Amino acid sequence: MPADQVGRTIVRIAHEILEKTEELDRLALVGILTRGAYLARRLADHIGEFAGREVPVGELDISLYRDDVAARGSLTVRSKLTQPEVRGTNLPFDVDEKIVILVDDVLFTGRTIRAAIDALFDYGRPARIQLAVLVDRGHRELPIRPDFVGKNLPTSQDERINVRLREVDGVDEVVLEAVRDE
Amino acid sequence: MNKDLLSIDDLSREEMESILATARKDFLDLSRRDIKKVPTLRGRTIIDLFYEKSTRTSTSFELAGKRLSADVINVKADSSAVGKGESLKDTVLTLNAYAPDIIVIRHPHVGAPAFIARYTDAHVINAGDGKGGHPTQCLLDIFSLQREYGELQGLKVAIVGDILHSRVARSNIAGFRKMGMEVTLVAPPALLPRGVETLGARVSHTLDVLDDVDVVYLLRMQKERHGSTILVPSLREYIARYCVGRRHLKRGQKVLHPGPINRGVEIEAELADSGENLILQQVEAGLAVRMAIMYRIIVDAAALQDTAGARAVQAVAD
Repeated sequence: MPADQVGRTIVRIAHEILEKTEELDRLALVGILTRGAYLARRLADHIGEFAGREVPVGELDISLYRDDVAARGSLTVRSKLTQPEVRGTNLPFDVDEKIVILVDDVLFTGRTIRAAIDALFDYGRPARIQLAVLVDRGHRELPIRPDFVGKNLPTSQDERINVRLREVDGVDEVVLEAVRDE
Repeated sequence: MNKDLLSIDDLSREEMESILATARKDFLDLSRRDIKKVPTLRGRTIIDLFYEKSTRTSTSFELAGKRLSADVINVKADSSAVGKGESLKDTVLTLNAYAPDIIVIRHPHVGAPAFIARYTDAHVINAGDGKGGHPTQCLLDIFSLQREYGELQGLKVAIVGDILHSRVARSNIAGFRKMGMEVTLVAPPALLPRGVETLGARVSHTLDVLDDVDVVYLLRMQKERHGSTILVPSLREYIARYCVGRRHLKRGQKVLHPGPINRGVEIEAELADSGENLILQQVEAGLAVRMAIMYRIIVDAAALQDTAGARAVQAVAD
């Protein structure tokens, strides 16, 4: 997915969120760190522009809520720790009674979203939680489905989806790569 | 991190920075939430084994474990089978039968944490061993200093008081130097350990040197460890020469103390009540830092095991 398509997709999701949300005053976007947070920011900017009102945006760090912390198969945790992120959870609004749209770049097993929902509930009691993702690559391991999808990308288990965003990677693109044997 | 945290020497500067970054990012703000708990160590068992009196260290470890959702058991020597003559080894073998994930130990004898590490598979964390060391105190002190001063490289600190009996001084001299700080020890000669010149710190016998430092770290006079030896001619004389008050401080100079404080002995009451000390910030830091240590000691070990497992699989495949 090239840069202009990524941009258009985000605009379309923003329109869909606007169209499907009746009480805009209760809307809040929460991006899952790292790339989900940038997507949430962009979506909020678009929605703010289209609707003429500011939409609160937050960032959620789910590392303490993962189901594979301290379990075998936690290499990802290790790699996260060796390059510690400076940013943690930041929700500059009251979560209670909000319509929260969780935003992530890629939806895969659904485990990250499960963790994000748990984390969110420790900050308050939202009226509703919905899910927006740039790419849905399938292979769900939990009963979780997105409400807003940028693109459905059927993949095999051993392929990798790389979402790059200009804020962190200098360029907007979505690339499907085969995982090479190391 | 290694399997155990027995001494501050077990950690490199990078590891210390990394643990403190975890404390800052993940745990410091937790106290401001209504739900002050994360599910990270759900189902894990932590045993706090305390053979010495302690308020802040034991409550801090207990609360840290609970806020990580672990099951925490406190064993205090005065109310356990230890009073019936059970040896440390037998107590630990007994507790190990519950398959704990972490054992936190405070003990009057140097080396007790390393000793029990031989008899348990749990991660052992030293919460103070006699005059030996107190690595978690050292980390929380560095954390408090970072919050106040930012970068610590070149920061000058004076550690004042009963250095001879202080495990905190021992850990902090090593830890502060590792962070690039310059350490000066201030005490009467009788309250300095033999071989003090090998510790890599300047030594002074008067409070005059406080003019040359950025931070003052006060230690409690540990009368209970002096035994029958008379180390200070009189407490009154000690107070006259070494009790620190606001009048000794320059603008911007902050005072730390590991607690418990003895008002009017090492710290004047007015200073103890003033905004120039960071004592309560240290307590707050202690909780976040101990959560980070327990989280990392478990996660790092699991990741290590995982890497070893992956290598073994790879070896079989090859």
